[in-house]
Amino acid sequence: MASEVKKQLGDNIFLTTLDAAASWARSNSLWPMPFATACCGIELMSTAASRHDLSRFGSEVMRFSPRQCDLMIVAGRVAMKMLPVLQRIWLQMPEPKWCISMGACACSGGVFDTYAVVQGIDRFMPVDVYIPGCPPRPEQLIKAIVDLQEMIKAGGTYDAREFALRDTAEGPARFDEDELIRIRERNGLKLESPKYDPVH
Amino acid sequence: MTLDNSTVGSDVQARLQASLPDVAQTWSTFQGQERVVVPASQILQFLKVCRDVAGFDQLTDLTCVDLLEMQGAVDRFELVYCLLSVDAGTRLIVKTYLNEPNLTVPTATQVWFGADWLEREVYDMFGIVFEGHPNFKRLLLPDEFVSFPLRKDYPQQGRGERHNFPIITRSKS
Amino acid sequence: MPLELLDSPGLLENQKEGLWTLNFGPQHPATHTTLRLVLQLDGETVIDAEPDIGFLHSGFEKLGESLDFNQYVTIVDRMNYISPLANEIAWHHSVEALMGIELTPRCKYIRTIFAELMRIHDHLLCTGTCVLDLGGATAFMYAFNEREYIYEICERASGQRFHTSYTRVGGLLYDVTDDWIAMVRKFCRNFPKAYADFAGLVMKNRIFIERTRGVGVLTKEDAIAGGATGPVARASGVTRDLRIDEPYLAYNDFDFDICCAKAGDCYSRFQVRMMEMEQSLKIIEQAIENLPSGPIYNEAHGKTGIPDKTEVYRSIEGLIHHFENIMPNRQMNVPVESFYAATESPNGELGYYIVSDGNFRAYRARTRPPSLLHFALFPKMIRNCMLSDVVAVLGSINIIAAELDR
Repeated sequence: MASEVKKQLGDNIFLTTLDAAASWARSNSLWPMPFATACCGIELMSTAASRHDLSRFGSEVMRFSPRQCDLMIVAGRVAMKMLPVLQRIWLQMPEPKWCISMGACACSGGVFDTYAVVQGIDRFMPVDVYIPGCPPRPEQLIKAIVDLQEMIKAGGTYDAREFALRDTAEGPARFDEDELIRIRERNGLKLESPKYDPVH
Repeated sequence: MTLDNSTVGSDVQARLQASLPDVAQTWSTFQGQERVVVPASQILQFLKVCRDVAGFDQLTDLTCVDLLEMQGAVDRFELVYCLLSVDAGTRLIVKTYLNEPNLTVPTATQVWFGADWLEREVYDMFGIVFEGHPNFKRLLLPDEFVSFPLRKDYPQQGRGERHNFPIITRSKS
Repeated sequence: MPLELLDSPGLLENQKEGLWTLNFGPQHPATHTTLRLVLQLDGETVIDAEPDIGFLHSGFEKLGESLDFNQYVTIVDRMNYISPLANEIAWHHSVEALMGIELTPRCKYIRTIFAELMRIHDHLLCTGTCVLDLGGATAFMYAFNEREYIYEICERASGQRFHTSYTRVGGLLYDVTDDWIAMVRKFCRNFPKAYADFAGLVMKNRIFIERTRGVGVLTKEDAIAGGATGPVARASGVTRDLRIDEPYLAYNDFDFDICCAKAGDCYSRFQVRMMEMEQSLKIIEQAIENLPSGPIYNEAHGKTGIPDKTEVYRSIEGLIHHFENIMPNRQMNVPVESFYAATESPNGELGYYIVSDGNFRAYRARTRPPSLLHFALFPKMIRNCMLSDVVAVLGSINIIAAELDR
């Protein structure tokens, strides 16, 4: 019976799980939303342009409307004023969606340890793949997309159950300034009292 | 290094001193660059004469320096106007000093309208108020920001503003 | 029904009957980076525009107060990120002018070559994306071919393709090698063909011309009073170019022209940029053929040069020399003064006002960004144009958000 069926259908049918089929399809048609803020955005352009040609990996369909995308690439530092925008655009993207944090600034604030730069977007929103470098080379971005494709193929589910499990904040915890004061006091160092700011 | 562009000086100095004998002007030169210090109360009058008599038709830059940690400084803020005469190619740096609590100078937007955003930026970073500015508010930082970050008594890492956002977890987004 | 923006009360107050308020940005493909415009529309005509910036404000100037003159070069790199080396050259030009350091001829020539390569680099991206925003993707791809080759030249000289951090106070990180010279020569040979392809696609393209000619006009008076510099001012008839009016580096040695236009519209800005690329190539050709030999650090200033690593590890003099340069309390003497010096960056006059308190780091490092003053002129340019012209004008004035917001 089985051999009869096989003879009739040949290689035209294969059996798989629904999860695997959905993940395979999704991973090979990632539509990036380039949230390009700074230098890394130029490397992102480079990746999509003639020499590096991102379309070889099925992710060249850059769409600037979040409603059409399923992969957010945060390229560049995110300033204090920009983070609410980033969060809103992330929430506007339809499920299933993934996020690549491209470059040192998006991952950790990079060289910009200043009052205005968010020290890593993963403190305030979920990130799937991090790319180091300032800025990363286009090859690194391609590798990250390939890695993400592998990740989706390995762990993706049809109804995106795996996302529901990630219900805690994944980035580093908010730094506690009081902790620093306590550490310094324990070590016998006294903090200078903050200078008086006459306006505020 | 000699910058032969900015060495004219004396001619400009003579004309400005002749047209404004009642404004106290302190002139100095460094590496061929002419600088003049003017009292803050007369700055607008001086800038107008700079444009009309000395021909400085462009305000290249307007910035401020917080002299809090500068050794030997008497005043708190130094306001710096970099002027340029486009045709002649001469530059002039006009400085004035401000102290708390009176951090107010008249706006220069009526002299060069390019001063618009530069003045807003100086307010944003140092809290200097420019009186009579047509659209006076913060330029770079969000409106709810309360400090002036380029003042020397504001820490480089800020006062926790950059951490003050809601956290979105993956299951909620 | 008018689209109303709730968070811009200033506009709502003087909103006239029948006007629409449209929010443009902060995340929009044509802004290239991050800026926001609140447009007042009457039908499709833009009545007024109110720019809202600061979405990339990262505290560059605050960082400049804690890093020394050599360290801060890594930060200025990230300012105008489509021509990083031009920022480095501008920064160290100001530092050297403050300290009175004279460069060696070889260093001057190498910096000049890089400055002009960066001008081509910047204009290729600016013109390429300007065309891309108006619907022509091919020219963008052509532009990036050449840009990739310039990245390779930078990588060959400094080890990094993008943010090179190549200049040092009084010199350069490394001397260039013979194969770098060969690469620049190859670029000079290949670029005219690539340029002709690019120009042929765009310069006489009727769609492009009709989208840009007569759009976003900036008059000469406005350009001067508003502080416009660089290609934006030169397209409006201002004939000022710091390379000729305030010669720095080795520009005195070369024969080249200032590119100007009269109309002041998007198309003339585009034309000025295209012509400047030709002139830049001319300068590079002259410089690479006459590249002087000799040291890249001026020995007369003693402490400026960072010695070779083999010298540092093998000899006591080299180690002392290195120590003197690197230790924060032993570095060069800086006069307690303030100085403003500017260079002609691809975007316009990029100046630094440095206040020094005698340490080897700036007490205040003020950047005079060309983008900020250009973008302040944007409402003047866009008034009474169509909504679709917004991207053309934005593309033609080349707003770089990191330089705009710092």
